[in-house]
Amino acid sequence: MEFETLQIFWFVTVGFFLAGYAILDGFDLGVGIMHLLVAKTDHERRLTMNSIGPLWDGNEVWLVVFGGALFASFPEAYATAFSMFYLPLHLVLFGLIFRAVSLEFRSKSDNPIWRKAWDVGFFLASTVTTFIFGVAVGGSIQGLPIDEKFIFRGGLLDLLQPYALMVGTMAVATFAMHGTIYLYLKTEGELQERAHQWMWRTFGFFLVCYVLTTIATFEVAPHATQNFREYPLAWVIVLLNVLAIANIPRAIHLGRPGYAFFSSCCTIAALATLFGAALFPNLILTTLPDGQSLTIFNSSSSHGTLHLMQIIAFIGAPLVFTYTCIIYWVFRGKVELGHNSY
Amino acid sequence: MELDVLLLSRLQFAFTIMFHYIFPPLSIGLGVLLVMMEGMYLKTRDPQYEAMARFWTRVFAVNFAMGVASGIVMEFEFGTNWAAYSRYVGDVFGSALAAEGLFAFFLESGFLAILVFGWDRVGPKMHFFSTLMVSLGSIFSSVWIIIANSWQQTPAGYHIVNGPNGPRAEILDFWAMVFNPSTVDRLSHTLLGAFILGAFFVMSISAYYVIKERHLDFAKRSFKIALALGTASSLLIAISGHSNANMVAENQPAKLAAFEGHFHTGEGASPLYIIGWPDEEAQEVKYGVAIPGMLSFLIHGDFETPVPGLDTIPDEDEPPVFLPFMTYHVMVSLGVFFIALTLLSCFFLWRGTLFEKRWLLWAHVFAVVGPYIANQAGWVSAEVGRQPFIVYGHLRTSDGLSEAVVAEHVLVSIIMFGLIYAMLFVVWVWVLNHKIQHGPEPAVAHAGGAPISGGKDLLIATANLSQPGKGHSLSGIRDEEEDNAQTEEEE
Repeated sequence: MEFETLQIFWFVTVGFFLAGYAILDGFDLGVGIMHLLVAKTDHERRLTMNSIGPLWDGNEVWLVVFGGALFASFPEAYATAFSMFYLPLHLVLFGLIFRAVSLEFRSKSDNPIWRKAWDVGFFLASTVTTFIFGVAVGGSIQGLPIDEKFIFRGGLLDLLQPYALMVGTMAVATFAMHGTIYLYLKTEGELQERAHQWMWRTFGFFLVCYVLTTIATFEVAPHATQNFREYPLAWVIVLLNVLAIANIPRAIHLGRPGYAFFSSCCTIAALATLFGAALFPNLILTTLPDGQSLTIFNSSSSHGTLHLMQIIAFIGAPLVFTYTCIIYWVFRGKVELGHNSY
Repeated sequence: MELDVLLLSRLQFAFTIMFHYIFPPLSIGLGVLLVMMEGMYLKTRDPQYEAMARFWTRVFAVNFAMGVASGIVMEFEFGTNWAAYSRYVGDVFGSALAAEGLFAFFLESGFLAILVFGWDRVGPKMHFFSTLMVSLGSIFSSVWIIIANSWQQTPAGYHIVNGPNGPRAEILDFWAMVFNPSTVDRLSHTLLGAFILGAFFVMSISAYYVIKERHLDFAKRSFKIALALGTASSLLIAISGHSNANMVAENQPAKLAAFEGHFHTGEGASPLYIIGWPDEEAQEVKYGVAIPGMLSFLIHGDFETPVPGLDTIPDEDEPPVFLPFMTYHVMVSLGVFFIALTLLSCFFLWRGTLFEKRWLLWAHVFAVVGPYIANQAGWVSAEVGRQPFIVYGHLRTSDGLSEAVVAEHVLVSIIMFGLIYAMLFVVWVWVLNHKIQHGPEPAVAHAGGAPISGGKDLLIATANLSQPGKGHSLSGIRDEEEDNAQTEEEE
């Protein structure tokens, strides 16, 4: 395969991992965001935590694979982005560690203060982690001060522009909605009732954020729409995105939670695709006049490595797909508490 | 006070990687034991083996979660703190990392769900298969990460080209990179170290139960399985260690000289220090006890040829000596101790008096600390011995640092890691202790379920096995029964 085609292939693949991560860890982060609001009693909180119990760990692997794939295929972009987001990414790390720990340890003691503390920790860690992911996405869309040698020349405040904070808020809204629909799907009785109410509220919150962020994107990052002018076909994604969003309330109204969850998965996939379409062929846009943007062409690994990784991916992907399906099949159905539960 | 980004970043990496490395070796070692125990269960259908597999799985799960949580940090840190290094090695590590993610991480974390939560959702054979996959997954991840680390020690299959940001390594020959001169030696050594830890861990808790006369049948059987793995691995690691030393002598003479405190080449055979206190200022090993000529014999097989000392290495390329020497000697001494302890236990097991020797059981209770220290010490000697290079002979550690990171941020993150890891560690020890004090469920057919339904469960499990395809049609019945059992034992 041509070098340039391979670079595009890996841009799409890395994006695929990011989208997969957003969809999969998105619902368990969302469950964390809604943990305190939807679940009230101790029993309910055990249920919400156990609804993601067997799955969150596998979902987080998508982040590891995304990071690995970015490191492997675009090492320059990985190095610049990760060192640039130094403190925010460390916050993400602390958040992810805290989530894992609170899931694992909450039910290990009957002490109500102990459990309450881990509940709050679980909520905070999920929310902060999601917010920072959004901020990072916002920063990449808007552009950052990168010099001609791909080195970040800004400070913490350059990362926390209002637009980035707005995208961060939208990320929280999206995952909150996604997680609530998932909870509705996985629970029964009173807990499900409450999830139903919160499904509408989180959808409203998401819709407001979505509209505001879209307007702001036109204002703040006009370059993000350039690809849509050049390739009008890209508007299909926008159309699909709007359709998927519109389908969420419809499915809720029809009482088909599985359909609603599918629609919210599609919404996230479409948002991730929009993000990719807005960036292409850039990975990190520079705002410095004499700086150099990192593109998929100037920051990738060599032809040989990209080719080799493609072979590995073609062997590995069917395997991963098969056992992901097996695991979701084994754990299908409503969540129940057993002696193996948290 | 001027804060040194390089020093802080190295401290942070050392701290986070050493904390991380508390967990993966136990996952690897315990994983192998889980496969052995569940395999025995499938073969004999003795419910005691199932009780063993279930109990050790719960311990495994806590340990695994800690490994995942502290492991994501490592992948991030390459980019956050060592951006220049990442730019340099990205092309070479790319394929190894892609393979690790796809083949290993998805495998272990996916099937872990069935291993931990799936006891009552899948049949015994499917569960055994999941255990096997988790164990294989954890071994696979060590394969790829050690290939990458070994490449840093003994680079092969690459060339240096000019990247957009200065020189970088690009891969020429994938298999030469994978099988670089140190991969096989270092991988086998690491895995055996992990097996020893898993074995000593199980022996420690089992010995404690025997001493306290709790869960006796469970404890004795667990101990014996672990002792088998522990003895075999302790003996094999001695061979692997010897092979490693020769490999280091050939590929990284400066590192071997640091391990052995071998400052001066001298004439004739080189001595081997059993203990000592290397003084880098004075360029000599103080208070040392040495076997004359032994180093030459181990490396060259004769008592004549000198082994090159640190005086043959340019000053600016010399590794520190004190830390590699000490950690290396601690590791080797512990290795000898493992062989002695396991062989002694085997002897008493053969005599049939092992579980009456309380002093030996107590020794096993505390001996678990040994493999933890040995695994850490081995890595410290391997990594510090590579200094001042991050990629041996090519990239200095000081040139691998992130360009855009400021010392204050690194300091903040170290403090945060310190706090969160301290908390994590305390909670981990507490939960582990809780699990150990709670002990295994009594061995009934389907441990954990109500004893009344136990018999039925066994029947259903057997039915599932004889008709593997019909497992799902029966699962409904099983779920109902469990519900009844659970309402009784609801916390």
